[in-house]
Amino acid sequence: MSELTLTVMRLGFLAVLWLFVIVAVQVIRSDLFGTRVTQRGSRREAGRAQQAQRQAPPQQRQQPASGGRQRRNAPTKLVVSEGTLTGTTVALQGQTITLGRAHDSTIVLDDDYASSRHARIYPDRDGNWIVEDLGSTNGTYLDRSRLTTPTPIPLGAPIRIGKTVIELRK
Amino acid sequence: MSGTSATNTSTHHTSTIGAIGAPSRRNTELALLVFAVLIPVFAYANVGLAINDQVPAGLLSYGLGLGLLAGVAHLVVRKFAPYADPLMLPLATLLNGLGLVAIWRLDQSKLLQSIGQAGGKATNQLIYTAMGIALFAVVLIFLKDHRTLQRYTYISMAGALVLLLLPLVPGLGAELTYGAKIWIQVGSFTIQPGEFAKIVLAVFFAGYLMVKRDALALASRRFMGLYLPRGRDLGPIIVVWMISILILVFETDLGTSLLFFGMFVIMLYVATERTSWIVFGLLMSGAGAVGVASFEPHVQTRVQAWLNPMHEYTLSRTPGATGVHSEQAMQALWAFGSGGTLGTGWGQGHSELIRFAANSDFIFATFGEELGLAGVMAILLIYGLVVERGVRTALAARDPFGKLLAVGLSGAFALQVFVVAGGVMGLIPLTGMTMPFLAYGGSSVIANWALIGILIRISDTARRPAPAPAPSPDAEMTQVVRPS
Repeated sequence: MSELTLTVMRLGFLAVLWLFVIVAVQVIRSDLFGTRVTQRGSRREAGRAQQAQRQAPPQQRQQPASGGRQRRNAPTKLVVSEGTLTGTTVALQGQTITLGRAHDSTIVLDDDYASSRHARIYPDRDGNWIVEDLGSTNGTYLDRSRLTTPTPIPLGAPIRIGKTVIELRK
Repeated sequence: MSGTSATNTSTHHTSTIGAIGAPSRRNTELALLVFAVLIPVFAYANVGLAINDQVPAGLLSYGLGLGLLAGVAHLVVRKFAPYADPLMLPLATLLNGLGLVAIWRLDQSKLLQSIGQAGGKATNQLIYTAMGIALFAVVLIFLKDHRTLQRYTYISMAGALVLLLLPLVPGLGAELTYGAKIWIQVGSFTIQPGEFAKIVLAVFFAGYLMVKRDALALASRRFMGLYLPRGRDLGPIIVVWMISILILVFETDLGTSLLFFGMFVIMLYVATERTSWIVFGLLMSGAGAVGVASFEPHVQTRVQAWLNPMHEYTLSRTPGATGVHSEQAMQALWAFGSGGTLGTGWGQGHSELIRFAANSDFIFATFGEELGLAGVMAILLIYGLVVERGVRTALAARDPFGKLLAVGLSGAFALQVFVVAGGVMGLIPLTGMTMPFLAYGGSSVIANWALIGILIRISDTARRPAPAPAPSPDAEMTQVVRPS
């Protein structure tokens, strides 16, 4: 076998081995670089941010969650706009989001007026986001009305749970 | 990572919300698995071309054999652990495949054949791999929930001790020992029970620490910035230490005792979050190693070969020199040195010059010579990824037992890689252990496939989407809003 062929195979093998490592790391890149990290001020700053938010329309600094799959005007994230978790965002990727004081909730509410399993937000078959009250003590409010049935969420409508207000944004 | 919560209210700047409802990613696994089978096939062809100037005759059967085994493993995962981690199986398959190629490559060496260290070993290893995959499948099929293992905490302890003591039983311990007494003879097979004891012991530690961790973590006094544990809590660590020292003394197996003690300290640290355990662990392993090394001649030889490899090599070649001298430490270093950055290429090195155990304990030197620094780094990264997936599984697991077990198993895996690779590269004294998946040896391959099986089971449970919210067990009173 010629020297050249063997050299090519030698370097080729190393390249393929490293390619495998790189592909493997690509598979788990969300572990290495984290998912969406949101800047969130301390509580005092959060208060100021809250006031600013009331005056100005919310800033849209984040890139949309998962590109072309979603329709236009579909919300891409859930934002907590009032309460102790102000500033927290959760990317909407087709998963059910549970809210409540229970530790396994997606958003754990540190709020005495929230029930352990207070409400959940999920997409229906057409991709509309639905909020459903899970039999909470104090109820879940969409805009001003208390929820009795699972209800589609309009973009930007405030959902109030205890002292916490969340909304869906693009 | 479902169930990640935004409770980060006290700290200042960031909070991370993990992606929820993870997809099963079985197709990713399949694609990577195909890749992981093709790489060793490429290497196999490369070895044949380099040594015999032709594509080896067994290429097709080897490729099909490895591919079939990987395919079976994949189907079992798809059926019985659909949400498992997508990386572990391809990574283990790649390591196993590369090990097979390196063993086959050493089989071709006339020198090793003439001293009975090679020839037909690759076929044996392929059979062991098949048995390993079979055990992997058995673990996934019959272990529906890793928490069942929790019931066998103390049986595991007894089982591990029995496994460790088996080589000392007269008539059962194999006589082919070279220094360490870690094999047992069953029929014509020799088994290394320590490899299996590793897994069983991890089960015991996880079950024990889950129950005792609060006592171990909280009941302590503060002294000079360290939390000193109470005497009665120190008991278990002392017992494990004594056991590992006793293994070292009676079986002269430095590696296994280091592995067990290290695994226990890692799990203790993870269970209690107290740095003081690490300090204690390091002090005690240091004291134990120095103490044993001062009177055990076998260990002394290893330490000498570590400190002065060239001197020992010269002595081993000097006729009339007294005592046992190891030449392998220096030979392994030469193998790495002649490999350089990019290696000599498959089949073109001379690592068979490490005559004894070239395809088991020293197989890493073959990789070092033929693939060079670049290849060795890639292989170490692959090991690192296996460990990373294990620790990630522990983070994602919802039950403390699963967390501890995953940390313990991946910690043991990491320690074993460190002890072997460090020993062959001359960072620490050589110990007679096998590189997981790469080295020749049935017990090691089979036990490590079982280990990967348990990790995949835990990761399946951890990544499985949570069931619909049930009536809350931890319900507290919710204050009622009174309109005023």
